[in-house]
Amino acid sequence: MILNVLAVAGLELRLGIRNRWVVLSIAILTLFAGILTFVGSAPTGTVGVDRLTVTAASLATLSVYLVPLIALLLAFDTIAGEIDRGTLQLVLACPVSRFEVLAGKFLGHVVVLSIAIIVGYGLSGGVVAATSGNGTAGAGTFARLVLTSILLGAAFLAVGYLASALVRQTGTAAALAVGIWLIAVVLYDLGLLAALVADQDGSFSKTLFPWLLAASPGDAFRLFNLATLGDAAALTGMAGIAEALPFAPVAVLGSLAIWLVAAFSCAFLVFRRVEP
Amino acid sequence: MTLALETRSVSRDFESRRVVDAVSLSVAAGEKVALLGHNGAGKTTLFKMILGFLKPTIGELTVDGHLPGTGTARRAVSYLPENVTFQKTLTGREIMRFYARLKRADRAQADRLLDRVGLGAARDRRVGTYSKGMRQRLGLAQALIGTPKLLLLDEPTSGLDPISRHEFYDIVAEIAGRGSAVFLSSHSLTELEAKTDRVAIMRSGKLVADAPLAKLRADAGLPIRIRVEHASGDIDEMAARLGGRRVNGRSVEILCEADRKLDRLNAIGALGAAVTDIDVTPPSLEDVYRYFSSVEDEGVSS
Repeated sequence: MILNVLAVAGLELRLGIRNRWVVLSIAILTLFAGILTFVGSAPTGTVGVDRLTVTAASLATLSVYLVPLIALLLAFDTIAGEIDRGTLQLVLACPVSRFEVLAGKFLGHVVVLSIAIIVGYGLSGGVVAATSGNGTAGAGTFARLVLTSILLGAAFLAVGYLASALVRQTGTAAALAVGIWLIAVVLYDLGLLAALVADQDGSFSKTLFPWLLAASPGDAFRLFNLATLGDAAALTGMAGIAEALPFAPVAVLGSLAIWLVAAFSCAFLVFRRVEP
Repeated sequence: MTLALETRSVSRDFESRRVVDAVSLSVAAGEKVALLGHNGAGKTTLFKMILGFLKPTIGELTVDGHLPGTGTARRAVSYLPENVTFQKTLTGREIMRFYARLKRADRAQADRLLDRVGLGAARDRRVGTYSKGMRQRLGLAQALIGTPKLLLLDEPTSGLDPISRHEFYDIVAEIAGRGSAVFLSSHSLTELEAKTDRVAIMRSGKLVADAPLAKLRADAGLPIRIRVEHASGDIDEMAARLGGRRVNGRSVEILCEADRKLDRLNAIGALGAAVTDIDVTPPSLEDVYRYFSSVEDEGVSS
């Protein structure tokens, strides 16, 4: 079992490196993180918060957009593409179960994603820590950001597998992945914003809104990272958010975990019925 | 001893259409069997049932005595799909080692197989740079990993040039010689001459023939074509005497059953110097295939 999972994961990692996915993801994350860190943090020198925490706050917002996109792009081809190439028939003719195949792909892709996030964000964080003067203060916040970014990516990998298993054509799967990204990180938030604006007496914003926010993986991720910033939360416009929530900020990580498990289970159930 | 492959009255429906219809056949260890049929005759569906990707609607089949799709059956069978295109950015050796890991075979065997199919020099090149023939040979090498009991090859020689095709069948013969059963599909009977022990032909989902090539030839009962060239004189009169048909001013064509061939040749010999040349053509394999795959279409549907 574990040997098969490792074999599939190893191949995906090799493919990720060979297809330049790893390099490309690192480049994108480093570029955007660099811009946000050095352009965005210039005016915060005097607020009394260490710069690493400020950087983490900027990168949290960046992660919400970029990490799901990278994860979906890694995942959309994984089943539909192998059907197209005929390699899924080959793999499934081998003595390996479909769960092992999907789990192996997931493991391989999580490693690819982790390398990209750790290197991409680590470069910015390292430079900030080395130049800011207050050293490794805020390192905990930064590590939390990196780990939850990986969790966010893992949830969207599973969503991407579901999309890939539902359609047989790579092109359709790609379109579906882009659509999912658009809805999950852009349109859903716009909808919530519209509801807040329309909400005259504030009952929506007090009751339903926090739950709807936590239900979206991207918002749950942002909520957790910004609410746990401590003093620096004041800088993000999210001050006091932790007190306003009807649940502890850590609990929203449960939303990410539920998304991950539910999407992966659905992807597996659909994949089990796929005729290669 | 257990048969490498056995199907017992296997049928498969897609919606209400019967794609495979009561097919019973078997392949024993060391035997090479070819499955022929037009596109859509049901060959690929039968293969997918052997691999356990599809369940038969009726009937059952076993691979090395086990139900398809079970771990034991999948360890026994090895498959080469039609038109497989591997991940272009990986090298031949990387792909071989991946499948060797899944099949629990050792790396050294994977490397040896690459040499055996003539890809030793290209093993560290990316598959994207391979020609179609090389990709097909990589596919065959992949299928040979772990010395399978049943080798299932879907149109393995389509798109190969005659020399690669010849080498391909050499390797297949070698594998069968070591005791693996080989079940392969093909479009063309001509290329199979003397390459397989038996030929099975499917038409519209039904198995219409399953016998050695010589027996199929005899069963078809197709006439032998004798062409006689006349030196001079009345060609029409000669055609009438030999019971043939004139094809031009100097030649007569006679169709005769296999068992009457010598009578006819004696009759022609009796004409002496009037005959300048004789050409005897047995029915071609293409004729035999066409006979089985297209006749009685009108009678069979009911």
